[in-house]
Amino acid sequence: MPSYDLKVNGFARRVDSSDPDQPLLYVLRGFGLTAAKYGCGLGQCGSCNVLVDGKAMPSCQLAIASVAGKSVTTLEGLGTAANPHPIQAAFVKASVPQCGYCTPGLIISAAALLAEKPKPTETEIRKALDGNLCRCGTHTRVVAAVLAASGQGG
Amino acid sequence: MTAHDSKLSRRTLLKGGALTVGFALSGLPADAIAQSVARPAGAAAGARVLDPKVVDAYLAVNGDGTVTVWSGKVDLGQGLRIAMPQIAAEELGIGLDKIRYFEGDTALTPDQGRTAGSYGIARGGMQLRQAAATARKALIELAARRLDAKPEDLDTINGEVRRKSGGPGVRFADLVGAKRFDLKLDPKAPLKDPATYTLVGKPLPRPDTAAKCAGSLVFIQDFRVPDMVHARVIRPPAIGATLTSVDEASIRHLPSAKVVRVKDLLAVTAEDEWTAMRAARALKAQWSAGTGLPAQDTLAQTLRAMPGQAEERLVGKGPVAPVPADAKTLKATYFWPLQSHGSIGPSCAIADVTADAATIWTASQGTHGDQAIFAKFLGLPPNKVRLIYIDGSGCFGMNANEDAAADAAVLSRAVGRPVRVQWSREDELAWDPKGPAQIVDFAAAIDASGRILDWKTDLWLPKSNGAGLTTTLAPVAAGLDPNPVFNTGLISQNGDPPYAAGHIEVTAHWLRDPVLRPAPLRSPGKPGNNFAVESFVDEIAAAARLDPLAFRLERLADPRGLEVTRRVGAMMKWQARPSPGGDRNAAVARGRGLAYVHYKHDEAHVAVGLELAVERASGKIRIQRVVCAHDCGQVINPDGVRAQVEGSILQTISRVLMEEVKFDRAKVVSSDWSSYPILTFSDVPKLEIDLVDRPALPPLGAGEAACCCIGAAIGNAVYDATGVRLRTVPFTPERVKAALNAGPS
Repeated sequence: MPSYDLKVNGFARRVDSSDPDQPLLYVLRGFGLTAAKYGCGLGQCGSCNVLVDGKAMPSCQLAIASVAGKSVTTLEGLGTAANPHPIQAAFVKASVPQCGYCTPGLIISAAALLAEKPKPTETEIRKALDGNLCRCGTHTRVVAAVLAASGQGG
Repeated sequence: MTAHDSKLSRRTLLKGGALTVGFALSGLPADAIAQSVARPAGAAAGARVLDPKVVDAYLAVNGDGTVTVWSGKVDLGQGLRIAMPQIAAEELGIGLDKIRYFEGDTALTPDQGRTAGSYGIARGGMQLRQAAATARKALIELAARRLDAKPEDLDTINGEVRRKSGGPGVRFADLVGAKRFDLKLDPKAPLKDPATYTLVGKPLPRPDTAAKCAGSLVFIQDFRVPDMVHARVIRPPAIGATLTSVDEASIRHLPSAKVVRVKDLLAVTAEDEWTAMRAARALKAQWSAGTGLPAQDTLAQTLRAMPGQAEERLVGKGPVAPVPADAKTLKATYFWPLQSHGSIGPSCAIADVTADAATIWTASQGTHGDQAIFAKFLGLPPNKVRLIYIDGSGCFGMNANEDAAADAAVLSRAVGRPVRVQWSREDELAWDPKGPAQIVDFAAAIDASGRILDWKTDLWLPKSNGAGLTTTLAPVAAGLDPNPVFNTGLISQNGDPPYAAGHIEVTAHWLRDPVLRPAPLRSPGKPGNNFAVESFVDEIAAAARLDPLAFRLERLADPRGLEVTRRVGAMMKWQARPSPGGDRNAAVARGRGLAYVHYKHDEAHVAVGLELAVERASGKIRIQRVVCAHDCGQVINPDGVRAQVEGSILQTISRVLMEEVKFDRAKVVSSDWSSYPILTFSDVPKLEIDLVDRPALPPLGAGEAACCCIGAAIGNAVYDATGVRLRTVPFTPERVKAALNAGPS
């Protein structure tokens, strides 16, 4: 069976897969990393976003063969409930989640944005998150949390 | 609960125990608050008291100083997981950190009805409050004997009964021992004075937020049981089609993939999820033609002409009097489209069905209500069917959670193993039961001063034909339920205006046959009905050249309604003038609008005002600011109410501006986020929410009411900006542009 080497949350992982088209999302979930969620399988909702070499990408659209040799960071790799990443902490403080299903993908998108642009404007934040859908209507809290995580706003 | 407990529970799970959602409110990191183990179905059902009229169904005092609270109402993201413990802890007199909380398990929690209709707190919370008050009264009476004191001289504080004058207390656990309360809920048990509340009314944080932000909360989509198999159901290419043949060889190249067929229910299973998905795509099957759908572009005419209509007079208020000859008459027709629940996570469930029992893990709003339904099609006694709630993606009514659970149950019985069914995006948007289309006709007569002399509403709506839930797809496809029913919720409410009028009449034209399988969608029917009513009120005010805010205030009698409407006026710095105003021919026309609802005519009072811009060239509506004054009586957790109001506003903006289920003559075709788009971050306006807290009054529910004001507030603001009245939802740019080109209406 063909195998693919990649880095996941800092650890080297070897993936055996008979199908080079198997999406990264299912590889990660097979590892027990379930923060990235299946939402559409079409790259339209952002629920499955992970960082690939620092860039937010939908893991449902990434064939395992295409991420060989790359470094993947999932939400679990950013922080934990006990030791959260600053963006996670800002989301907790702003009491962002309702159902919480879209939250991991939103935090990944926000992390990619702040890594590239530490002090984005509100318009830039909204634009960076336009690929993430939320049905509960947590949007205004998300924007406030990202502003707070970037040291702007309250 | 400790991390040690949570490890224990995982081990027990592997031995075949059943997992239940439980939360400790101990301030521990939420990772440590995991699922705890419940006993297997039979034993637990025997050990637990489940009668919702009995205190022990809700509460137990534990020897370690904690109190276990069981809730039949579940946390769908609306925050009951903190609000319910706040109610219980407050009324009992114990710290919130001493509450262990379990929800939505038919073997452990009382049947409090579906978590729906904004009744989580208003009904479920009040049952829990009464149970706690009854328990508190009993604890005080027990302590009075022990301390040789009068009950009125005692109070409960920090899990102890103490003399109000001070001195040592007696722990709840030492009073109750290992016994139950054995008491019925006492409607006369004294309730705490809201002026003394220390927990209720506080914006306390939810116990699951940290886990949701860390990605460690276990959703039903993440949940696994030992020995389970992954399944995908293949839905027919046309609604009502039956399966004629399956080419099993078409998936032979995929190791572990198998075809499962139960009459017209077609599925594939595999040991891993990706293989199941590949098999579902590869499987070749032949289907009959479907039962057909009407043409979408003439849907309204089709609905009006449907056979089997039943008229029902819903409201008749005030004397019928002849309308004077000089009265002005107005008529209008409004339309609300078929809409999807649009859950971000497609539905998922796991079922383990054997010859004599079933366990089903589901994100359904109604584990208890589902029990008898699932038992019936599985041919099992209800007490042998256990449904356990696990968090899901926000459902906002009956989405496909019950369908996925029914798929899993039928398939598990067929394959003799636990089965996990995960719906696809396409399945979720195409096959979830839909919020139905609604037509609302009005006729009104007004005098020269704008008094409403006569008001008539006619509603065209599908009539629920069963007391229970809309029947799920699998039992019908599998031939296990020959009599499918549907239930749309209370969709005919709020069809009459809350304003003074000489005579008001509302008639429902109940349609026997829905166009697509319907089910309740957040605030069933009322966002559409009140969109129509509050838009038509605006039409009347405009026809009388009166300011829309003053028009409402002069005709509204309810002081709580007046309060929220006035507050919105103040937040908007409302200048009295009739609509339309300003430069209606500007390239970007700006307007303001408002709407009010007294939800179901006996629940929350909500007013919404908003400011928007209409881009004439593109037809795009840009909502800039939304203000909302909200009175839902006593507020248990203001942050929870605020979140519900924010969500109601934003989700309904999405529904009003963007959402309509599209279908061809065979099936739904709006089955992804490009054909069924929803609101994105760039289009989200600023929100200002003013909560009117009335601690001494009953809580009324906050999950839906604000939804009802959005359609009219937007339509009224577009009219204010442009002089053009929008009467058909969604207000897409194409539709707005066409309306602007057609001119004032």
